[in-house]
Amino acid sequence: MSRVLFFIGEGLRALRRSAAPGVASIVTVAVTVLLLGVLIPVLQTTGGKTDEVRDQVGLNTFLYDDATPEEIAALETEIQGIAHVESVEFISKARALEILRDRLEAEDKADLTEQLPGARNPLPASFKIKPDNLDNLESIRSALTPPGAAGTPEPISPIIEEVVDSRDEASSIRTVTGAVKWFLIVIAALLVIASLLLVGNTIRLSIYARRREVEVMQLVGATNWFIRWPFMVEGLICGFIGGAIAVAILFLGKEAVVDPLADSVNLISGEETIAFAKLVLVLLGVAMAVSAIGSGITLRRFLRV
Amino acid sequence: MARHQTSALLRERGQRRPEHLTERRARPPIVELRKVGKVYPGGHVALERVSLRVDRGEFVFLVGPTGCGKSTLIKLLIRELEPTQGEVLIAGRDIATLPDKRIPHLRRRIGTVFQDFKLLPSRTVYDNVAYALQVIGASRAEIRSKVPDALRLVGLADKTGNYPDQLSGGEQQRLSVARAFVNHPPLLLADEPTGNLDPATSVGIMQTLYRINKTGTTVVVVTHDREMVDKMRRRVIALEAGHVVRDQAAGRYTDEESTREFAARLRDEMGVEDEAY
Repeated sequence: MSRVLFFIGEGLRALRRSAAPGVASIVTVAVTVLLLGVLIPVLQTTGGKTDEVRDQVGLNTFLYDDATPEEIAALETEIQGIAHVESVEFISKARALEILRDRLEAEDKADLTEQLPGARNPLPASFKIKPDNLDNLESIRSALTPPGAAGTPEPISPIIEEVVDSRDEASSIRTVTGAVKWFLIVIAALLVIASLLLVGNTIRLSIYARRREVEVMQLVGATNWFIRWPFMVEGLICGFIGGAIAVAILFLGKEAVVDPLADSVNLISGEETIAFAKLVLVLLGVAMAVSAIGSGITLRRFLRV
Repeated sequence: MARHQTSALLRERGQRRPEHLTERRARPPIVELRKVGKVYPGGHVALERVSLRVDRGEFVFLVGPTGCGKSTLIKLLIRELEPTQGEVLIAGRDIATLPDKRIPHLRRRIGTVFQDFKLLPSRTVYDNVAYALQVIGASRAEIRSKVPDALRLVGLADKTGNYPDQLSGGEQQRLSVARAFVNHPPLLLADEPTGNLDPATSVGIMQTLYRINKTGTTVVVVTHDREMVDKMRRRVIALEAGHVVRDQAAGRYTDEESTREFAARLRDEMGVEDEAY
């Protein structure tokens, strides 16, 4: 116990005696953590957006107009039985027209449906099928239209006119969202690596300034861990202060900028992003661990006898 | 005055050499070199086939011109360097066989006064000495009682709060001695402890080393100050170009001198009037 107190005292003393390297480490850690703190929620938000886009991709099964309600109900049960189907939604002819009207209205275009002759509804009824996973779209499709005797796809029910999937659309969405995600991950990884190197370098400089001291300690008979602990305590303290500064800035930014925007801008939907308290804990933990371990590893070079 | 204070740390034990020297000859010598050679990377030969032994309680001078391998020899003893051939034995153990983890323990048993002092610049005089005790896990109480004693021994009792850069060269040297001795190592190595010091201060340091030797500690002093060595009348090992060229007692070998008598004679012979400290 007295050892632990001694090491903590030593770490604090070193910070008091030479403030400049400590301040450098603190600033570096603060900047790094700030970057991470912004990046983590952004990454998660784009993840959320991607999911939203994926939600809209499905399989539309258009039906003949003369399908009876019994036939439709039977088909619905059948579709629900297909593997990988997450949900099935029946869209009647009237509903389809309604959707079209809404969409036109939303895009500020004239309501073309009023010009339909004799108020005839040309839109077919359909089933909107959502797969549990975008990649399973194809297997559902082949379940709906298995190859018949002639080798050409035959629908499982006579009321099915056509099965349309937005396959090309889906795959392009998949590529784009995948690319965006990977792009962000790569940038995040590069940033993290750069910051780790930066923190490591700052620590190395501060230790390099004291390598004579380390040498003397060794010659007086200090074990490597006896020399190392105060440096790690110092790193821990710098990491904590730097992390705390970054968290404070993040908090101010969240209160002043993000939260007011969150109500009006849909992009910053708070639900999928990490809870702030959890984020703070993660960031502080990372900051302290990185600077303490960084100190320990850097010292190893000077500790070789 | 510091000199007259009786230190609990260093009570002189009469006028005789420590008993274990004469009675227990069977114990291995505290330092033994067997055909030790050291060639530095680049081909410079610092030591060549050096064999010597130092028994417990001895006071030995290691002399020779600059570059003859004296400092290398000291570095070999604390395994700051490793010999390229031969064996270095401390208390009968070949230190090349020590695992790296045990090196700090070896160094704790050997007090070393370095040529360049090797003080910790960010620590006060007191803390520099205390560090040598903290390293071995001494309790606070132990540190509080031993550090002032050691500082009194070297005459720095009134400078405890100063930092090394606020001390004179001689004071830094004495601080280095205090740190080397504070945990009572059985072996004390001093590399040029009087280098660049005025004669009065040199005598003071030698007196301190002599006093430490009287408590039973083996003392090995490296120096190129032949005059001082001749007057000390101790065993002298002379090195030249990496070889031992002489190993004998210089002058009348007087065992029976007290520290006071020793210092008085030394001052007299060196022509030093005042006390060093």
